[in-house]
Amino acid sequence: MTNLMTRTSPLLAAFLGLSLGMSIHAAIAQDGHGHEQELPPVQKWSFSGPFGTFDRAQLQRGFQIYKEVCSACHGLDLLSYRNLTQTGGPQFPEAQAKAIAAEFKVADKDDKGEPVMRPAELKDRFANPFPNKKLAEDTYGKVPPDLSVMAKARTSPRGFPLFVFDAVTGRNIETGPDYLYGLLVGYADAPAGSEPPQGSYFNKYFPGNNIAMPNMLAADGQVTYQDGTPATIENYARDVTAFLMWAAEPKLEERKRIGFQAIIFLVIFAGLLYFTKKKVWSDLPH
Amino acid sequence: MSGHASTYQPKTGFERWLDKRLPLPRMMYDQFVGFPVPRNLNYFWTFGGILTLCLGAQILTGIVLAMHYTPHVDLAFNSVEHIMRDVNYGWMIRYLHTNGASMFFIAVYIHIFRGLYYGSYKEPREVLWILGVIIFLLMMATAFMGYVLPWGQMSFWGATVITNLFSALPLVGESIVTWLWGGFAVDNPTLNRFFSLHFLLPFMIAGVVALHLWALHVTGQNNPTGVEVKQNSDVVPFTPYATVKDGFAMVVFLILFFWFVFFNPNYLGHPDNYIPANPLVTPAHIVPEWYFLPFYAILRAIPDKLGGVLAMFGSIAVLFLLPWLDTSKVRSARYRPLYRQFFWIFAVVCVILGYLGSKPPEGLYVVAGRICTVYYFMHFFVILPLLGFVEKTKPLPMSITESVLGAGGMGGSGTPAGATAMPERKG
Repeated sequence: MTNLMTRTSPLLAAFLGLSLGMSIHAAIAQDGHGHEQELPPVQKWSFSGPFGTFDRAQLQRGFQIYKEVCSACHGLDLLSYRNLTQTGGPQFPEAQAKAIAAEFKVADKDDKGEPVMRPAELKDRFANPFPNKKLAEDTYGKVPPDLSVMAKARTSPRGFPLFVFDAVTGRNIETGPDYLYGLLVGYADAPAGSEPPQGSYFNKYFPGNNIAMPNMLAADGQVTYQDGTPATIENYARDVTAFLMWAAEPKLEERKRIGFQAIIFLVIFAGLLYFTKKKVWSDLPH
Repeated sequence: MSGHASTYQPKTGFERWLDKRLPLPRMMYDQFVGFPVPRNLNYFWTFGGILTLCLGAQILTGIVLAMHYTPHVDLAFNSVEHIMRDVNYGWMIRYLHTNGASMFFIAVYIHIFRGLYYGSYKEPREVLWILGVIIFLLMMATAFMGYVLPWGQMSFWGATVITNLFSALPLVGESIVTWLWGGFAVDNPTLNRFFSLHFLLPFMIAGVVALHLWALHVTGQNNPTGVEVKQNSDVVPFTPYATVKDGFAMVVFLILFFWFVFFNPNYLGHPDNYIPANPLVTPAHIVPEWYFLPFYAILRAIPDKLGGVLAMFGSIAVLFLLPWLDTSKVRSARYRPLYRQFFWIFAVVCVILGYLGSKPPEGLYVVAGRICTVYYFMHFFVILPLLGFVEKTKPLPMSITESVLGAGGMGGSGTPAGATAMPERKG
């Protein structure tokens, strides 16, 4: 490999320079082209990096925000109440999770096959605020999206060369949460001349700025935290975003733990193989 | 199935008995133990083994995923999430499979560019090369259909864009598209057949890999000098020399693979594929997976739809002609000073095409895309044919041994014990 790389010719150098110049030019052109879309500020998350984990208390607070605010319109269809007790998640005690579930009603059938509504149990999926999509659409004009994998389904563009570094740092997983947080705190008065149309609201970070969701985290103190965390809009947004990240990636902690073990094993194994290889080839100039 | 003489010696009575009836142990021995390997191979030659590992891993994880996946437009997305959440270690199996596809392509691109650099496609390895291009095509088809299965937004719209390409064909185009879809839009029949074919194609790949290996064992491996094996001291037995080296390379490759699987599992995917497919909402930018981006850029570089489709398929088809387009008698770029420069320019052009493929087709991106596309084809149709005539190549070593030991080492004095102990063979 080395003898391929070291002998870079003038022709090649000139070409590389030209192409680099071209790509920079292209990048500027794109910035000039797109409408001015502010990027959400980069946040610090407890689950970032190879060893980051969720903060249980934050997930529990985030669930509280979801339950008291978001769940009025948004479902979490892929989650069950039992998930709230699982390791790597909010880890509510089982009794508390049962009590939470029992606050919701789910459709079932009784012994005679008649449809009934009964209190939810741990085995049940999260109750959806709407019995069907048609009703949701009629109520809000469009169906409020399900939030189960929302934290992985959104991103904030990183651009070149940041996205290359993200391959090594793994930071790209946090671009979804960055965007969600930005969106939740990004409501502002529309600049003169770009007032949103009827039924939508100005948001700095929403693509196109006009979002159908009103500002739901509008005032400090709107939700009362039990654990003494300051009841600010920023904390609400951060906590519910962390909760949604867990909802989207519930096995994140297990994944990183197993991954660390696997990579340690592979590094040691590779080291052993390297010396074995050296020994095998030692009698042979190559 | 090999061009070198067998060195297998049945040791037990059962082996001798079986050897006369089904010499399977002999075949395996000649493949993986006795096969003579040029002694001067560098680590770029370990990617064949790495690719075999990738194929095996994809088939294994894929079979388990298929046990839990439901190919139905209403259920597919949630069945993938069911795998991620409720199946024991399902998240690991799925992330291994999705990232495994990317790793497969990283490995295959290194493998292909190694072949380009060292002239591995040249006589007598044309058929070996062509089989490789067929494997590459099958891989692309498999990966494309696999990406459709989670039935996210990019799945659906990627499938729509790519299948619609066939409608550009004159006369039969529309009928072909309807036939591919199994209806008049990308819908449940499409998802069903893609699942079926996604399961089938890897086994076809395995079949062509067997042919690829067969052809390899007839001609023997190329090597960094591009000089054919001439004597016993040029080669070493596959085991232990190549086995341990390939094993080491595989484990290092697995470290990279696992880094993505466990610490960055969604980096190589697109966030939009976590949005369930919706035929009524088109994503802002429809982009294929990263490994298709250079070809996507070529597709969009041509202003005419049919022209774009032909250019895209042509950019791969040209690889079939490569053994005859390259007129140089010298294989390795090591002894081709001009070709070496053009090789690197070509590699950079491919990377730029990949970058452009990820960008919206507007403004300077289009211009750059066109320049790079023209250059891509010029490399094959103008530069390579001409270079063979104008290039002044460097003197080749007499043999692999000479290139390793220098002219003084010739004559067997520097020959290692391991190599001299090997019986006569023609290499």
